[in-house]
Amino acid sequence: MGNLSEIFELGTHALQGVEHRLGMTRRDYLQFCSTLAVTMGLAKGADAAVAKAIESAQRPSVIWLHFQECTGCSESLLRAEHPTLEKLILDVISLDYHETLMAAAGHQAEAARKAAMAAHKGKYVLVVEGAIPVKDNGIYCKIGGHTAIDLLKECAADAAAVIAIGSCASWGGMPATGPNPSGASSVADVLGKTVVTIPGCPPNPYNFLATVVHFLTFGKLPDVDALGRPKFAYSRLVHENCERRAHFDAGRFAMEFGDEGHRKGYCLYKLGCKGPETYANCPTLGFGDAGENNWPVGCGHPCIGCTEKGVGFTKPIHQVAVMKNVAPPLQYARIVEENGQGATFASAAALAALAGAAAGAAAMLTRNLGKSHAAAEAQAAKAGDADKATERV
Amino acid sequence: MDTRRHFLKGVLAGGAAVAGAVAAPEVCARETHTRPPEGLGLLYDATLCVGCKACVAACKEANNNPPEFSTEDHLWDTPLDTSGYTFNLIKVYRNGTMETKDAEVNGYAFMKTSCMHCADPSCVSACPVSAMLKDPVTGIVSYNPDACVGCRYCVAACPFGIPKYQYDSPTGKIGKCELCRHRYKDGHYSACAEVCPTGATLYGKTSDLLAEAKRRLALKPGSTTTYPRGRLDGPDQSWEGPVGNYIQHVYGETEYGGTQVLKLSAVTFEKVGMPNLPPHSSAATSEGIQHSLYGGLVLPVVALGALSFIAKRTVKHDDEANSDEEKQP
Repeated sequence: MGNLSEIFELGTHALQGVEHRLGMTRRDYLQFCSTLAVTMGLAKGADAAVAKAIESAQRPSVIWLHFQECTGCSESLLRAEHPTLEKLILDVISLDYHETLMAAAGHQAEAARKAAMAAHKGKYVLVVEGAIPVKDNGIYCKIGGHTAIDLLKECAADAAAVIAIGSCASWGGMPATGPNPSGASSVADVLGKTVVTIPGCPPNPYNFLATVVHFLTFGKLPDVDALGRPKFAYSRLVHENCERRAHFDAGRFAMEFGDEGHRKGYCLYKLGCKGPETYANCPTLGFGDAGENNWPVGCGHPCIGCTEKGVGFTKPIHQVAVMKNVAPPLQYARIVEENGQGATFASAAALAALAGAAAGAAAMLTRNLGKSHAAAEAQAAKAGDADKATERV
Repeated sequence: MDTRRHFLKGVLAGGAAVAGAVAAPEVCARETHTRPPEGLGLLYDATLCVGCKACVAACKEANNNPPEFSTEDHLWDTPLDTSGYTFNLIKVYRNGTMETKDAEVNGYAFMKTSCMHCADPSCVSACPVSAMLKDPVTGIVSYNPDACVGCRYCVAACPFGIPKYQYDSPTGKIGKCELCRHRYKDGHYSACAEVCPTGATLYGKTSDLLAEAKRRLALKPGSTTTYPRGRLDGPDQSWEGPVGNYIQHVYGETEYGGTQVLKLSAVTFEKVGMPNLPPHSSAATSEGIQHSLYGGLVLPVVALGALSFIAKRTVKHDDEANSDEEKQP
């Protein structure tokens, strides 16, 4: 993790270098690094480490494959603004093969991919966008005469890391929706191993960028859950951080599009919002660098659960979601509230004994007080008697 | 000898009268009342409940009740039980790790706690001044604070622990669910059902609700079915969802002669705080005993007779006593 000394160590020289390379001001550049560090949920000061990694590390080679998809993930990435993607892919990473963005075409493009794979064997990052059709030996998706299955296996064999971007590559996504005529499958299914997945349709570009930069900074991919999703982005339900959550708790729901509740920004649960069963950081991060609330629910449409297998593209959009709360909150009333027990016989007896002893002591004290007074009186009386006696004598 | 004979006779007669009165419920107890045919109620399906407590908040708003706190920060309305200011509450059954919803072991389940609107309500039976009344048409068990004398017999009588007294107020009232009858004139119905996002609380005629509950019990657990939301006879707000693993019993169908609020659950009803009640209501039993004892003023007459006899037997007239004393020396 970075600290203050590292920021100074960077020195103006290195910073100026990378600023020049990225064509952005120093302020913008550090802002970009902080954004990524925060997205990953790293500790304070990590932005310095990120900045250092981006400046010093050799740009890693990235090979980006497209299969059954709409290129929405790439499009979403193109709209990232911290920095704009062209700066990132030309200067932070070395994007050696991307069918949409590369200038080359045909044999030239294929040659570029082969060259990059040979030059960076075991070091390049493979990013897969789109599902892989496996039915009928994968003949439904071919690029340069090769099936998607062959291409994926060939490129994944020597990759340092494989990242599946988008729901299609992560778990099949829209192409895998029933009846799934092409047998669309996820990257993990085809490779037979877990890969890092960035599901979403499209996923938030910063979740992807943060994953790549984590790899650059720490030399390994971030912590992932059982489905390969980075925990920094996919460990919370949309429902948990939703800005409309208070309306849900208070029972204020939009009943139909355009009604009073909908116009007032009430909870969209009754319109089929899948937030309660979808893991993603959409409510906290937002889309398109347009500020807060710029995400489907913020715009008034229920979450469709695009990141979640078995929810997005599977359940009808307006079907009521299943609540995935692991356990009800602690302050909920129990069926029978546990009350303190009444006094037991032993404790009552002990208390009574104590009270009795105290009362007895007090009684004895008062009695003795009286006695001492009586004794003094008696003494005085005796003395008086004696005096009288002596007088008589 | 004559007086002793009379005394024994009196003892026998009195004993027989008391024995007859006690044995009477078997013979002359009144029948348990049944639900009015047009009675209104709720159907609470615990497997549909997501524990959002929107109904608790809506109930407070509809009845103009203040929040109640059980946590130190006093931030949220967190009552631990129904009270004079909380007429409806979602409680949680907890077991072990609480991993699975509606599982009895290592699970959790929600249960709504509010007035069941019994067909034969104990609170109405116990109320000495007719402050608790059951509407003959809607069957709503209502409370009239102007008639109430604050005896709290209803609090003690209810098997579900629903009527609660506002102990903190010098002019305390009983607080209980009245099915939002004050909202009907505006076209509204029970706020809890109106607001429920999943239709776990459903409003309607109890006869219709009972049919809906039986329909759900007949479905195969895990299959998909359509659930209405809001009110049964209202606009269609239904949604499709999975069928819960129900206990094959509609709580409130027969309990104490039936209740107008019905409940479905996947966890044994006793574990979620719904007592096991016989079809014969305790109101019918107690009223049977009372009405037999006091019917035709038989018991008071017998008791008065016995007391008069004993009094007469033990009284010694002054002249008799004096003559005795005079004779003795």
